[in-house]
Amino acid sequence: MAEKRATKTTTLVTLPSVIEVPKDEDETKQGTRLSDIDNWGRSEHMRQLTRTVMNPIYKYWFRVEWEGLEKIPLQGGALLVANHAGAIPPDAAVIMHGIEEEIKRPVYGMADFWFRTLPVGGTLWNRAGGISAHPQNAYHLLKRDEQLGLVFPEGEKGPAKYYKDRYKLKRFGRGGFVEIAMRAGVPIIPIAVVGAEEAMPILAKFPTMAKVLGLPYLPLTLNHVLLTPILGPILSSVAYLPAKFKLRVLDPIYFDVPPDQQRYSRSKVMDEAESIRLKIQEALYDILRHRKSPWFG
Amino acid sequence: MGRRILVTGADTFWGGRMAKTLESDSNVDFVIGVGTKDPNVEFERTEFVHVDQSYSILSRIVRATKVDTVVHTFMATDSSHLSSRTLVEINVIGTMNLLAAAGGPASSVRQIIVKSSTLVYGATAKDPSFFTESTKRSSTASSSLERSIIEAESYVRDFAEDNPHVVVSLLRFANVLGSDIVTSFSSNFRRRLCPYIVGFDPQLQFVEEDDVVRSLEFVTRNNIPGVFNVAGDGRIPLSEISKMIGARKVPISLIMPDLFTLPLTKLNLLELPAELIELLKYGRGVDNLRLKEAGFTYRYDTASAIENFAKSQRLKRSLGSGTTGYKYQQDLESFFRHSPAIVED
Repeated sequence: MAEKRATKTTTLVTLPSVIEVPKDEDETKQGTRLSDIDNWGRSEHMRQLTRTVMNPIYKYWFRVEWEGLEKIPLQGGALLVANHAGAIPPDAAVIMHGIEEEIKRPVYGMADFWFRTLPVGGTLWNRAGGISAHPQNAYHLLKRDEQLGLVFPEGEKGPAKYYKDRYKLKRFGRGGFVEIAMRAGVPIIPIAVVGAEEAMPILAKFPTMAKVLGLPYLPLTLNHVLLTPILGPILSSVAYLPAKFKLRVLDPIYFDVPPDQQRYSRSKVMDEAESIRLKIQEALYDILRHRKSPWFG
Repeated sequence: MGRRILVTGADTFWGGRMAKTLESDSNVDFVIGVGTKDPNVEFERTEFVHVDQSYSILSRIVRATKVDTVVHTFMATDSSHLSSRTLVEINVIGTMNLLAAAGGPASSVRQIIVKSSTLVYGATAKDPSFFTESTKRSSTASSSLERSIIEAESYVRDFAEDNPHVVVSLLRFANVLGSDIVTSFSSNFRRRLCPYIVGFDPQLQFVEEDDVVRSLEFVTRNNIPGVFNVAGDGRIPLSEISKMIGARKVPISLIMPDLFTLPLTKLNLLELPAELIELLKYGRGVDNLRLKEAGFTYRYDTASAIENFAKSQRLKRSLGSGTTGYKYQQDLESFFRHSPAIVED
């Protein structure tokens, strides 16, 4: 940038050639804010409210158990990567709640821009720490703001899978999350989540109806079958079964490539993405090997 | 020898303020202001010339005055009072004529500063929270205003490629707020109305009008080439903005917003051009780091720009809407500047 400017100014004849730009002495005036909503739309106040509501569910319904929480850094950007499951996936809320309660660091949950298009719901989602998973957002959040971001590389393929395919990880997209972490120069921290599959298992799907309603998928869940007689059809589609949650944080993965490159080797990106997928898959099998019951752990 | 600068749109807020700023610079020998209407600020030494909307006379002016710098501020960024034909005339044809006048090996022009808008990024759900200067827009442009600005920018890019000896600076301004400038946002806020789309609370970014003029001056004075976003730090949700300004929230339907607000806009109670409605849903944020890295310091962040605007509105309400009292009269201006009867002291 500075070089380019210098070469351009030397070609000027009639203008005084100013190469050293004088730094203005002005200070930027900071206005007084009336809310605590940050640049990403997240409100700590709203998070507090969400955590208050979430806390009993987290503690007494899902009885969440963490392993290796100390592997999450106390400062600096990092990209948390987890498996995604359950018709209305509860894993994002559980991970965000857990990390914010236990190590007091905000977590930004990155999801499809589809959430933004929802009136009211989209705004609430955003205030509660959801942001759209645009590569530019991830880079800015991790690199410049040095925050924790959470992504589910499976995307909607994870929660949309049938119960019979539980704990079998889908393809990790095109490895975009690896490229972002490389570019931002932050580690990836894989997290294996057990419990979300059983909290809301999908038995059947109605693709045509989903298309008409503009939803990514429309499932019939075990919750519908079991809970409709007690709660009715609407409440039963949002009520979770009391699955026991077990989360394991795996070792952070650092990449030996320089940050801020224009392009990263596609094969390296895909290899890393696949190796992270396998690590999470391996950890899932390991937790499941030791689990005696989906409900009691 | 000092600089000779031509400012387009000298009859608008942007060009008028820019010309006033350049006048006070002793390194600037001449400031020539062109505009379609009478200027609304009193110039000290700017030579003002009337031109038509599409600037067809410009090449003659450039050739005759041998200006070395052109500050192109005459780019329409608000479609509420302009037809799409006028927009094309001003933004596309105007810019084309200006670049034609400034280009070519024989031209005296060595720097062009173009005012553009962050409208070129659009505003959709797929957008990132912050656009950098190189982020591609997520959707194709739907409104004629956006299309015209994008087209004008493409001409500027071509010009920069064809004329490597010319420093080309392109500034993309976010929505501007300030005590003087009139935009759709400010006209609504002035009436203490804050339209919003039900169920959405977009985050917006503003730049204060002083920073607008200062940034234009900054790139002009330091000959900085390149594309720059100009916007204050921070994105603030619309609900908070309405509280800061003390404006009443006016709900607008999500479906066919322009149809339902037609009576209000026709009666001039509300200004809701297409680009504003788009903004009210998802908002827009831009990354302002590049200009800061070039050495520019903003005086206001988004919050203080809004605060400042709110203060100026309170003052105006207390004082009433008196006119500024300045009216441009050509014969008077030329008498004071060029008549041999005037005694210089």
